[in-house]
Amino acid sequence: MDKKLMLLLLLGLPVASSQAAAPKVSEKVLGNGLKVLVKEDHRSPVVVSQVWYKVGSSYEPGGITGISHMLEHMMFKGTEKHAAGEFSRIIAENGGEDNAFTGRDFTAYFQTMEASRLPVSFELESDRMRALHLLDEEFQKEREVVTEERRMRTDDNPQAKTGEHFNAVAFTNNPYQHPVIGWPADIASYTVDDLKVWYQRWYAPNNAILVVVGDVESASVFELAERFFGPLKPSDIKPLKPQTEIEQLGVRRLTVKVPAKLPAVVLGYKVPSLKTANQEWEAYALEVLAGVLDGGSSARLSKELVRGKQIAVSAGAGYGLASRMSDLFELEAIPVEGKSVYELESALKGQIDKLKQELVGAEELQRIKAQVSAAAVYERDSNFYQAMQLGMLETVGLGWQRADEYVAKIKQVTPKQIREVARKYLLDDRLTVAYLDPQPMEGQTKNEKTK
Amino acid sequence: MRFYLYGFMLLMGCQPLWAAAKIDHWQTKQGSRVYYVQTEGLPMVDIRVTFDAGSARDGDQFGVAALTAGMLDTGAGNWDADTVAERFESIGAEFSAGSSMDTATLSLRTLTEKPLFDKALETMEVILVQPRFAAPDFQREKKRTLAAIKQQEESPGAVASIAFYKALYGSHPYAHPESGTLASVGALSADDLKRFYQRHYVAANAQVVIVGELSKQQAEQAAEKLMAGLPVGQKPAALPEVAMPAHGGNTHLPFPSAQTHILVGMPGISRKDPDYYDLYVGNHILGGGGLVSKLFKEIRENRGLAYSVSSAFVPLLKPGPFLVSLQTRNDQTQQALSVLHQTLADFIANGPTEVELLAAKKNITGGFALRFDTNKELANYASMIGFYDMPLDYLDTFRNKIETVTAKSVTDALKRHLDPALFQTITVGQGGK
Repeated sequence: MDKKLMLLLLLGLPVASSQAAAPKVSEKVLGNGLKVLVKEDHRSPVVVSQVWYKVGSSYEPGGITGISHMLEHMMFKGTEKHAAGEFSRIIAENGGEDNAFTGRDFTAYFQTMEASRLPVSFELESDRMRALHLLDEEFQKEREVVTEERRMRTDDNPQAKTGEHFNAVAFTNNPYQHPVIGWPADIASYTVDDLKVWYQRWYAPNNAILVVVGDVESASVFELAERFFGPLKPSDIKPLKPQTEIEQLGVRRLTVKVPAKLPAVVLGYKVPSLKTANQEWEAYALEVLAGVLDGGSSARLSKELVRGKQIAVSAGAGYGLASRMSDLFELEAIPVEGKSVYELESALKGQIDKLKQELVGAEELQRIKAQVSAAAVYERDSNFYQAMQLGMLETVGLGWQRADEYVAKIKQVTPKQIREVARKYLLDDRLTVAYLDPQPMEGQTKNEKTK
Repeated sequence: MRFYLYGFMLLMGCQPLWAAAKIDHWQTKQGSRVYYVQTEGLPMVDIRVTFDAGSARDGDQFGVAALTAGMLDTGAGNWDADTVAERFESIGAEFSAGSSMDTATLSLRTLTEKPLFDKALETMEVILVQPRFAAPDFQREKKRTLAAIKQQEESPGAVASIAFYKALYGSHPYAHPESGTLASVGALSADDLKRFYQRHYVAANAQVVIVGELSKQQAEQAAEKLMAGLPVGQKPAALPEVAMPAHGGNTHLPFPSAQTHILVGMPGISRKDPDYYDLYVGNHILGGGGLVSKLFKEIRENRGLAYSVSSAFVPLLKPGPFLVSLQTRNDQTQQALSVLHQTLADFIANGPTEVELLAAKKNITGGFALRFDTNKELANYASMIGFYDMPLDYLDTFRNKIETVTAKSVTDALKRHLDPALFQTITVGQGGK
C-alpha cells in the first residue's frame, strides 16, 4: 500500500536523538542566502549531500499541477557545462549514487558518496541550481517518462487511485488537493516555457537548504560550500499566497469504482500541523494519538480491529506533523471477507469515540514514549534519514531545531491533551470518507496455479 | 576535473586506512552458526535468526513456509499475540518474522541497555522455541494471507512476477508464489504449520547474526540463549537442481491496466557460482547501475518508453533468475519489447566496451563503503555470507575481485549463462499481441 508507506514515513518524522552523545548540527548561511547544515557522523567514511528547494506540488496553481515533479526530472537533463545524463554519469564514476524526490512541500536532490568525493557533488549541484538547460527535445521524452510513472504509481494501483480522489474531495481550496505527480491533462499540457518560469521562480540559493551528514568536518564543508555555491546569485523570491482551507461544513463521502479485488475505506479529519497549530502541544498530542492507534502491533487498530474484533485484514492511521499546511489525520483499512466497508467505518469511528470518552492509560502512553526514544537511536544508523529530517523541517519553515526537541515534546504529552485534540478535531463535520468499490477485472485471465 | 584535487585534500577524513568490517564466526553448542560484527557509537543491536525454511521448502503445500514464519509472533509460550507485541513495543524494540524463497528469518532490533535487551531477547527466544500456532490465530492469519493473495491479483506487476517464476522454473520449488495460492493456502491446517516448524526450525538448520554494540561475550551468551531450546535436528536435503527451459516462451495475460508489465529472463546463477563477479559487473552495465545503465539509456532516456527499467541476477541456493523488467503504455509494448530484446542480444553477443567496464568498476569500487555504512546493511551482508556459506572475507576481497574482471571475462560469462533462445517473456496488460 503506497499510501500507507507514505503515512508511516511521515509518522516517523521528525525524530532526533535525545542521547547525550548525539552529534550536533552546525549551521551557516552564505551571503547569497543559502542555508548550509552539517551533521558530523564519523561511524563510516561516507557522506550524504542533499539540496532541498522550497517548492513542491502545494506551490502549484491549477493547470500546471505536477510541474515541480516534472522539473525534478529535467534537472538531470544538462546545463551549459554538462550534457544531459552527465550529472549521473559523473556521480557514478565517483562511486556515488544520486536521485531526487518531490513532495507536496519540497523538491530534494541527493548524492551518497565516499566522504572524500563531496566536492564532486557540490560542483554539480551548484551548477544546476542556476544554469539548467531546458531543451524541448529532452522535455518531450521526459514527459513520456513522467506519464509512465503516473500510470505505474497511480492509474494501475486501486488504492493509490482511491487516495488521489480522496484528497481531491477532502480539500476544497488547499493545494494538498492535487496529486504530487499532477493531473493527467496538466502533465500533457506543460510547455518548456512553463518549466523555465518555474525554474526561474524557485531555484535560487536563497530558496534552498544544503544538508550534509557524514564523515566530514563542518568547517571544511562550509568552506567548500562557499567555494561552489557562494558565487551564485540570489533571486527575488515572492512569498506564497496562504490558500488557507475554508471551513468544512459537514461530512463528505465519495466512492471510487475501479477494477480491484479488495474493498477499502479511508477516513480523513482536518487537523492542524505543527506549523499551523495555534498551540504546538496540539500537534504533538495528535502525533501521540496516531501512535495510540497505529504505533505497532500492540497499538489499538491491530489489537482491537485486526485481532480482537477481526473486522479488518489491515488497518492504519497517520498524521502529517511536519506538513507546511493544515492536513488530514487519516485512517485506512481493508475489511475481512464478509464484512462491509460500512461496518469497518463504524468500527474505526468507535475507536475515535473511545479516544474522546476515555483517557489513554499510563502504560499505553509509556509504550509510545519508549518507542519514540528508541527510534531516536535507531534513526542514527542512517545518515540519509538524519539528513531528510533536517531538510524537511527547514523546507516547511519549522526549522531543523525541531528535530532536537521532538522526543522531549512527545514525552510532555498528557492523556488529557490526547482526549482534548480528539474532541476538538476528530469530528464528523471535519471528516471525509472514501470507499474503494471493487469492480470486476474484465479481461483478466485466471492466473492461479493449482497443486 | 579541476575541482577534484583540492577538494580531496580538504576533506580527507581522519581515517585514511579503513578496512571492511570484521565478521567473527563460531558455532553454538548445538551447532548453529553465529556471525557477529561489533559496531560502536550507537547503543543498539540487530539480531537475525535465519533458517533454510523458505518457500522452496513448501513441498506441495504452497504457502506453508510463509504462513509459518508469519504466525510465529501471534502467540508463544504463555503469551498471546497482544502480550508478545506489548513485550517488544513497551521497550521500543522492533521485531518481525518473514520468509523468502530460500529463507525464513526472525529479526530483532533493540537497545542494548541491559533490562531492555534482556526482555527483548527472552521474548524472541520464546517465539523461536514455543510458538503456539493456536487455532483461532491460525484462522485469522490464514484469512489475512488469502486477502493478501487477492490483493496481488489486482496488481499487474505481482501477476507478471508470479507468471514469470512459473515459466522459468516449471516444477522446481522456486516456481510457485511465496505466499501460496488461494487454493493451497485454503487447504492448510494449523497442524501443517506445526509440522513444518518442527522439521525446519531446528538448531542444525539455524544461523544467528548479531550486529551492534555488544561485546563478543554478550554475543556468545545471546546466541546460546536463543538456540538452547531448539532441538538439534538436521538440515533439510539439498534442493533439486534447476532444469533450464527447453525453449523460449511467451506468455501474455490480459489485464485491465493502462500499462503492460514486461518481464524477460531465464534461470541465472547460484550464490556460489564462480562467474558471480563477472556477471555482477556485466549486469551493472546492462541494467543494474541505477540512472546510467544501458537499458536505462535505451528505454528511458533515449525513447521515454518507461519510468522504471532494470535488470538483475538474483543468486539463490540454486540458480535464481536473471530478469529484465519494465512497464510501458499498452500500445508501446511491442516497441519496448523489441528495444529490450535488441539491447540484451547485443550485450550478450558483444559484451561491454572498455569505457563501460572502467566506468562500472569505478562506480562499484569507489562506492564500496556505501554498501555497509549502516548496522542494517552489515546485518544483511553477514546474513548473506552466512546463509550462502561465503568466505568471511567476502567484503575485504570484493574490490579486488571486481578489479580482476575484464571485458572478455564478462562477455564469456554472459555467453555461458544467458541464451536469448531460452528467454521467457511475460506480458501482463492490454498490449500483449
